[in-house]
Amino acid sequence: MLSIQGVRTFYGSIEALKGVDLEVAEGEIVTLIGANGAGKSTLLMTVCGSPQARSGRILFEGREITRLPTFEIVRRGIAQSPEGRRIFPRMTVLENLQMGSVTAEPGSYARELERVFELFPRLKERMHQRGGTLSGGEQQMLAIGRALMSQPRLLLLDEPSLGLAPLVVRQIFSVIRDINRERGMTVFLVEQNAFHALKLAHRGYVLVNGRVTLGGTGAELLANAEVRTAYLEGGH
Amino acid sequence: MEYFLQQLINGLTLGAIYGLIAIGYTMVYGIIGMINFAHGEIYMIGAFVAVIAFIVLGLAGITWAPAAIALVLLLSMAFTAVYGWTVERFAYRPLRGAPRLAPLISAIGMSILLQNYVQLLQGARVKPIPPVVQGGFTIIERADGFAVNISYLQILIILTTVALMAGFTALINGTPLGRAQRACEQDKKMAGLLGVDVDRTISLTFVMGAALAAVAGVMVTMYYGVIDFFIGFLAGVKAFTAAVLGGIGSLPGAMLGGLAIGLIEAFWSGYFSIEYKDVAAFSILVLVLIFRPTGLLGRPEIEKV
Repeated sequence: MLSIQGVRTFYGSIEALKGVDLEVAEGEIVTLIGANGAGKSTLLMTVCGSPQARSGRILFEGREITRLPTFEIVRRGIAQSPEGRRIFPRMTVLENLQMGSVTAEPGSYARELERVFELFPRLKERMHQRGGTLSGGEQQMLAIGRALMSQPRLLLLDEPSLGLAPLVVRQIFSVIRDINRERGMTVFLVEQNAFHALKLAHRGYVLVNGRVTLGGTGAELLANAEVRTAYLEGGH
Repeated sequence: MEYFLQQLINGLTLGAIYGLIAIGYTMVYGIIGMINFAHGEIYMIGAFVAVIAFIVLGLAGITWAPAAIALVLLLSMAFTAVYGWTVERFAYRPLRGAPRLAPLISAIGMSILLQNYVQLLQGARVKPIPPVVQGGFTIIERADGFAVNISYLQILIILTTVALMAGFTALINGTPLGRAQRACEQDKKMAGLLGVDVDRTISLTFVMGAALAAVAGVMVTMYYGVIDFFIGFLAGVKAFTAAVLGGIGSLPGAMLGGLAIGLIEAFWSGYFSIEYKDVAAFSILVLVLIFRPTGLLGRPEIEKV
């Protein structure tokens, strides 16, 4: 469904991605783990064309999207809950969700809103509160809910567990599992929390300094000695 | 008391016009964080289109005031919308992502260019038009002969402004376009990730601001009866002051600021001296900014996330 081929991305003269190859098949949860600064968020943003890859190709459902403007890419069915959540702080929870349905097909709004509130009842309680006043966990729920409003076929999640209490992390990961199982939504998950991510994902990749160094099923990577020493030992 | 009332009416009229222009400044600042110094010129072009359109309509025999005014408003808004769009497309969009000073200088350049362009095309002499709407009400007449008047034109200006501002506020708060504009104002990158065409939204912001400035231009043309190519400068500075006074980036702030500047000017000219009315308006601005640096309704730049 998503095919990333030899993608190189630069910030100015700094090469953040040095030729990344990666595949996400329909219906999968694929995770990308790696240390801070490895280029994980850059990869997700490159998929969305902001910034665009300097070389290489990105295909979504077989069609090339490498050079499309961001809004065209997401209109094809990709939604992202980005790094830092990026909730609109001076909009209400409801307005944030409405922004999520910009690219949704007309008439789907009420149904999708209902589904988001089912997944995150907390958001319904906070419906008329401003985004900036939510707690970190609630903001993460809102970021995911907002991404779901557009009924994407591919959901990109950037570190949904960052800075959240263990209980909330479990709740968010169980929601990710549910939307994948029940709706068959394809999920590409970027995480530093490697243990949880690899347990959840069908397959995973390891990104080191802008390059994919390892790939395999979640279980394989969990058992891999390198992965264990670099990302798992020392508690999770 | 009667004198006060008269100045109040004059001040409200003036404030309505400043408020209409100020909205363009504040919205553009909100969405791309730059002061569009060419906005005053857009207003001036709106006024010129009004003069030309009134004359052409007069020649065509359309002299029934409501029809003529409605047509002139539409024409003027359409023309300035094109100007607003063009200015953004060619003078500002290529500089997006450049240091903040670059579009600012480009804006000043655009302002000078538009002024000179109109001067070349239309000449430097003032352009008069015959009165379009005459007459009015006398509200109070004192025994010594002093009367408080409100002209039909003043009523028209105030009502049109109130209606436009109400409509505009509803548009910003309650429509998908307004929501997209507010989203771009808060986080353009995220808005793009959600499928908003950010460039188009910015263009539309310029178009909307320009159309409102055109309404102000038409009203001023009818109110004063004369215009020239230079009116955009002072009106622009005043409306910008209004936007800053109300809190730049805030829509209600721009309206309130416009009203405040209009009233200050009217009362100062009424009770003290006409010559120093601009000094009064700007002095109040300085005073307000000393005690409320973000303006009357502005919000602090930093907030909890």
